This record gives sequence, C-alpha cells and structure tokens, in this order.
Amino acid sequence: MSNEAVSLHNPDYPVPEELRHNIAITTLDRIYNWSRARSVWPMLFGLACCAIEMIATAAARYDPARFGMEVMRPSPRQADLMIIAGTVTKKMVPQIVRLYNQMSEPRYVIAMGACASGGGPFKEGYSVVDGIDKFIPVDVYIPGCPPTPQALLQGFITLHEKIEGQSITTVPWYRKGEGEAIPVPVLGPDLIDPRQTALIRNVASQPPDTSDAAQEPATD
Amino acid sequence: MSKTSPDTTTNDVAEILQQKFPDSIHPDDREGYSGIVVSPDSLVEVAQSIRDDFRYNLLTSLSYVDYIDEDFFEVVYHAYDTVKGGPALNFKARTPRSQATLPSLTGVWPSANLQEREAWDLMGIHFTGHPNLKRLLTWEGFEGHPLRKDWKEPFYEEDKKPFKSRWPEGRPDRAESRLPYGMNVQYPPGFTPDGWSPEGESALYDSLSTPMTGSGVDVQAIKTDQLVVNMGPQHPSTHGVFRMAVTLDGETITRLEPVVGYLHRNHEKIGERNTYLGNMPYTDRLDYICSMSNNLAYAMTIEKMMGQEVPERAELLRVLVVELTRIVNHFWLIGFLLNDLGAFFTPALYAILERELIVDLFEALTGSRMMCNYMRFGGVAYDLPPYIGGPAVKPGDKARHMDTMKFIKDLVYERLPRAIDQLDNFLTQNEVLVSRCKGVGILPPEAAVACGVTGPVLRASGVPYDIRRSDPYSIYNELDFDVAVRYNCDTYDRYLIRLDEIRQSLRILEQIIPGLEATEGQEYWAGKRGYNVRVPTGEHYGHADNPKGELGFYVVSDGTANPYRYHIRAPSLINITALEEMCRGLKVADSVVILGSLDIVLGELDR
Ligand code: SF4
Repeated sequence: MSNEAVSLHNPDYPVPEELRHNIAITTLDRIYNWSRARSVWPMLFGLACCAIEMIATAAARYDPARFGMEVMRPSPRQADLMIIAGTVTKKMVPQIVRLYNQMSEPRYVIAMGACASGGGPFKEGYSVVDGIDKFIPVDVYIPGCPPTPQALLQGFITLHEKIEGQSITTVPWYRKGEGEAIPVPVLGPDLIDPRQTALIRNVASQPPDTSDAAQEPATD
Repeated sequence: MSKTSPDTTTNDVAEILQQKFPDSIHPDDREGYSGIVVSPDSLVEVAQSIRDDFRYNLLTSLSYVDYIDEDFFEVVYHAYDTVKGGPALNFKARTPRSQATLPSLTGVWPSANLQEREAWDLMGIHFTGHPNLKRLLTWEGFEGHPLRKDWKEPFYEEDKKPFKSRWPEGRPDRAESRLPYGMNVQYPPGFTPDGWSPEGESALYDSLSTPMTGSGVDVQAIKTDQLVVNMGPQHPSTHGVFRMAVTLDGETITRLEPVVGYLHRNHEKIGERNTYLGNMPYTDRLDYICSMSNNLAYAMTIEKMMGQEVPERAELLRVLVVELTRIVNHFWLIGFLLNDLGAFFTPALYAILERELIVDLFEALTGSRMMCNYMRFGGVAYDLPPYIGGPAVKPGDKARHMDTMKFIKDLVYERLPRAIDQLDNFLTQNEVLVSRCKGVGILPPEAAVACGVTGPVLRASGVPYDIRRSDPYSIYNELDFDVAVRYNCDTYDRYLIRLDEIRQSLRILEQIIPGLEATEGQEYWAGKRGYNVRVPTGEHYGHADNPKGELGFYVVSDGTANPYRYHIRAPSLINITALEEMCRGLKVADSVVILGSLDIVLGELDR
C-alpha cells in the first residue's frame, strides 16, 4: 500500500497520447479512497492538554488544510475522525462511546498522546481509563505528552495511508445488516463495561482476598 | 468589637482571637505548623469574626488532611485581606475520622461551597448546613472517598515511589495484568452489576427543575415552561470538558449548575505517592497552558519549606518565562473569547500566532513546547541556550539559527507589542464585541471577593488584589509594574484587563532583559541538585498569582521523601463559584461568553 496505492492514475492502461493530460484511468478503490483520504473531517472535541496542541496544529503555522482536514465539526454526525486528544476519565468515557456510536461510517479514531493511548502519566489514578482502546477501536496511536504538531500531522498521514489501503469490497460499512453499537459504559461504584457484566459478577462474588493474591507476582 | 491597627500581624490576630474565644481556640503547636485550631462548635462564629472584625475577607483555600495515625481529619482554611495584603491567617478545625462532620462555612464565605463539596467527595467530611453537598469530582454512587489514607486505587502498588518492584532495576510492569478485569477498575465485594442505573443524573435534573422560590423570576406569573438544558461536557464552547446544566425560562437563565470532574485525573493522590521533585512534571499538566507558572508556584512552596535560596539568575529566568506564559495565556483567552462570541477561529488564529514564537523559545530552553518541567528546588533546570533552533539545525542554516537574547528582545520590543496593538485595534471597538460584552455578566466586587474569585477576573471587578504585590514573591518587589484594575465588573472589562496585563507583563520583561545580560554565565541552580530533597516536617501554603488567579499548594511534610499531603488550590475551580450569579437573568448565549471571560482550564479545575 505504499506509493503505488497513493498514485491515482494507473499508467499500465494504454491511454492515447493526446488524451494523457485529460483522462486518468484508475480503479474504483483508488478514486474512492483518494477522495476520502483527502477530506477527513475531524470532530471538534478536546479532552485535555493534548487538545491545546491539536488546536495549535489547526492554526496558521501547521495548517491542516494542506491535508483537507481543516474543517472541524462539533457534531459527531458530520465528522469522520475522532481525535481523542487528552486524558480519558471514567466520568467522560460514557460520553465518548456515545459520541463514537453517533458517528456515521466510515469513521476513524486517533489516540493522540500517552493518555489516550494507554493512560499516560495519570494511568495509576483511580479516575482514569488506561487507554481509550479498551472501549473503542483505535486506528492510529500517536506517542507524546503532548505529541508535537508535527507528530499529529504524521499521524494524519499514517491515517491517510491506512484509508488508501482499504477496499470497497471488504469495508464493514457496505456489509449487509446494521452495524453494532458499542455498549455505553455505566458509572457504578466504579466504571462498568457492560461487556464485562458476567466477569464482574463472578469476580466480585469471590471472597475478598483476591486482590492480595493478584498483587503478589509484582512484589517478589 | 476588637479593632485592628494597621500593622497588626497575623500572629497578633491569632492572639486577639484566642483572648476573644478562650475556650474554643488553641494554637497549633506541632513542629513546623502554624495557625490556630478552632473547635468545631464555634467554627462559624470564629470565621465570622475573622471576616468582619479582622477583615480577612477572602477565603482562598480550604485544604483537608487525613491524619490517620492520630485518627482525625483536619480542614485547613487560609484567609487573606484583599485591602491590606500580607500573609494568610491560617485556621483549622478537626473532626474524628469515624464521624467526620464539620459546620459548613458557605454562609460566611461562599467560596467554601465547591471546596467543601470536594472535601466531602474525596475525603468524606460531611459539612452540615451546606446547601448542595454532592460529590464534585467523582460521581454520585462512586465507592469510597479516595483521598483517605486507607483507600487504595485499583492499580495500587505501594504507598510511596519509587516502587521497589521496579527501582533500581527498572523492571517494566503492566498494572492491567494484575487485575482480573484487565482494566483500571475495582468493585466492592458482593457487587452485582445487573440492572445498575446511575443516580446522579436524575438527581441533578430534579434539583434544577424545582421552581425557584424567593428572589428571581416568578415563573408562575408569566406562564412559561421551565426547561432544563444540558451543555457539555462535549461542547465546542465549554473549553474542554466542562458541563453546565441550566434552567431556562424561555431563553433566560434562572439557574445554573456547573457539573465538573470530567477531567479529574487524581492529581493529589498521585502527588502523595510521588517524590517532591516527581510532582514537578505533574504541575505542568494542571493549567496546561501555563506550565511555567505552575512550576514556579510549586517550586516556591517547597523551597520555602526547605529554606532553600534561589540565585539571582534563576529568579530572572523564572520571571522571564512566567511573564511570557502570562502573555500566552491571555492571548489564548482573547482568541477563545472571540470564538465564543461567534467570530469562529479567525481572531484566534491571530491571537495565537505569537504563541508559537514563545513556545519556540520554551522548546529551545526546556526541550518541550508545552510541558516544560523547567523549575527545580533552588533554581531552574537549564540556562538559556545560546541559540534558538536546537541540535537538529545544520551548520550554516541562518534562518533557524537565532541568537537567543536577540530572539527574546525581538519578541519583547517588537513582535509582542505589535501583536497586542493589532488585536486592540481590530477588536476593542468592534461593534459585536462591545454590544455582547458591555454590561454583561456583572460581578460586583463584594460578590467576587465572597466567592473567592482571584486573578484578572477579580481585578476586573475593581479589586486591585495581585499576589505579586500583596504578598510579593520572587523578585517582583524590585520590579516596576502596575496592578491592572478595571471598575465596570462586566465581560468587556474582563476582556480589557487581559490587554492591560499583557502590557504590564511586557513592562516587566523589559526590566528583566538587562539583568539577564548582566548575569550571563552565573549560577542558575543552587543547592545539591539532588532528585530526593528532604523537606523538614511541617506544613506550608504557597501561592502565586497565575494568569488565571491564585494557584496555591498546601503541602504537609512528615519528613520523608514524599509529601504526606499535597493539595492544590485551583483558581479555575473556585472562580466558577460566581458563574451562576453572573449568568442569572441573561440569555444562554451570554453564559458562553461569560464562561469564556472567566478563563477556566479543565486540567486545573478538575485536577
Ligand atoms: S498525553 Fe500528556 S499532554 Fe496529552 S493529555 Fe495526557 S498528560 Fe496531557
């Protein structure tokens, strides 16, 4: 999926000399992905410190309009890309999952920074989700705390490459039937992922010494 | 009523108070501690006397400590006098851990409101008489009170860092592998997840939809429906993940409740596990636009406890970066405020243009654009590099190889004054800005002080209270600058005061530059430069006038390498106490602008 996929025109097909500058022959996949990759609209949505660098990226010096990505939409229904820019807390994750469910396909997720990717400096805290990929699928991870604007742009380019490698015949959004929504987590005594209900029921009903036993391997 | 003479010190006040309430006050005579301990029964009475007789009208900080070995919680109040200035009056109240109850001080100082809610949430101290004692940063239904010393988080490993399992070998660790859920969660034994529904939301909406009694709009008489509308936490004009629930009568706001905690990152509990120096990078992430200012406030707090001196060049460098940070912050504010007014992004693009240059300097100086982690106890981590541009610049690349002092001078004498004049020219007389801001969101000076509002917002309400002057730190008492103050108390003045403050900061910077040149090559970091500093037993509340208001750190040391208690007084949190008052009777669109003019940042608000 490298350079070949990126170039729109397929030079193998014989185009008459005089038409070369007016006609491009290509495949459906290529034109479809090419146009999609060049108009990815991010959602206008920031969580923490990383959002400041995201805004700085959207400003004059770094100019994401070069990538067709300057149109930030506050509504999930009009956005193609969710940039998780910042620390995801347990209190916030139900909203994020709900927003993700409201985005229409095709949709992509970038985990920007250490927090979104894996909890970051606040991972050990009781109120922080250790990586948004525990709840929604992530396409591109960008390391950094915060990633520089250059790193975010590199993430955009990586996302474009990923988009250009997809095929219209296999992408999930043209399959039959409805797509499945991700169950929205619930705030109980701690964050409850509905997909873990059975597990929680089992573990929580055990006698309470489990936590000590589970910690032993780390200390010896 | 006892009258205080102009030169009464806080010690005298404590003594007079003791004479006045002999049975309910005794001095805090633990080593390294100061202030007075008030018995809970007379707390409200004593507080009233402190406010009315001694004119400590601003209750800035309410901290809470769990002394688990002595089996009590202590709530520590710091009150200041906004007229005379000077240090804080520090008074405390104790309550047994098993029955943690104290009278609420919201009746005396409304600024206690959110802070008491926080103390209830995180420490489980019940404040009787509080009008709305709900959880603040976690959610209703959350299990336990996390800042208690006997409460353990799911990824708990040890009480103090560095963790033995990892240091000194540096063994990697995945905390997830230790938990059955593979995730950062834990549940009380016997918990069943089936059919769980959260209680907080309906409680919030119910409380807001009860009709107002007493003052305000008489809803029955004008026969319109009340509507509770939710804004945020995902909303483009709430500056992050702030949320407010408003009750509307037509389009008019009758009630407003801020709902916060969507960025609660557990700063304080992590801070108590960390070493003192280990907290420095975390302070960067409080108000992430102003990492340098946060560094300074924290470094000064610990230096004061250690008795550490700071060399002159370090002080100059500190003031340089902190005032540049103030300029960055106010540029952001102006840009965002115009966003909130509907001028989407174009003014912001202009406003943050110069920010890029300032962060270039920070990057060359510290290695990071935003999270500078620049200050150390006893100085700063690095001296100014000779050139801006960094190691990747090729030899002979003139465009990226800029002399640092020349770069700074260019900024201070040319670019920044020009940028601020440009914004001033384009915006200040703009019809939309004037008509949307003038007379909107009035915050009278008395209300501002009562709500604990600090920083530019307080000064735009006609109160010339600036910690750089009232309780001077660093080298501010040697510098010549005016405390910017505006008297109309509205959003327009809160906009103007940011312009004023940028100009004052530039004045300060102009005085700094000759000093920087004169001290070139001198020491910038005194002391042992060790990673593990020893802080003598005791407590200290250190504060600084940050771009958003008073940032305070209340630190308790037990003599070990880690702070026993590490509490942050966040200006953003306490400034929103006044939000409802400022918005009531106005339209929804105004609330967005008022919030913008308050200048909050969620990293600090929720911590
Ligand atoms: S990765 Fe770092 S900069 Fe980004 S949100 Fe987390 S703490 Fe902030």
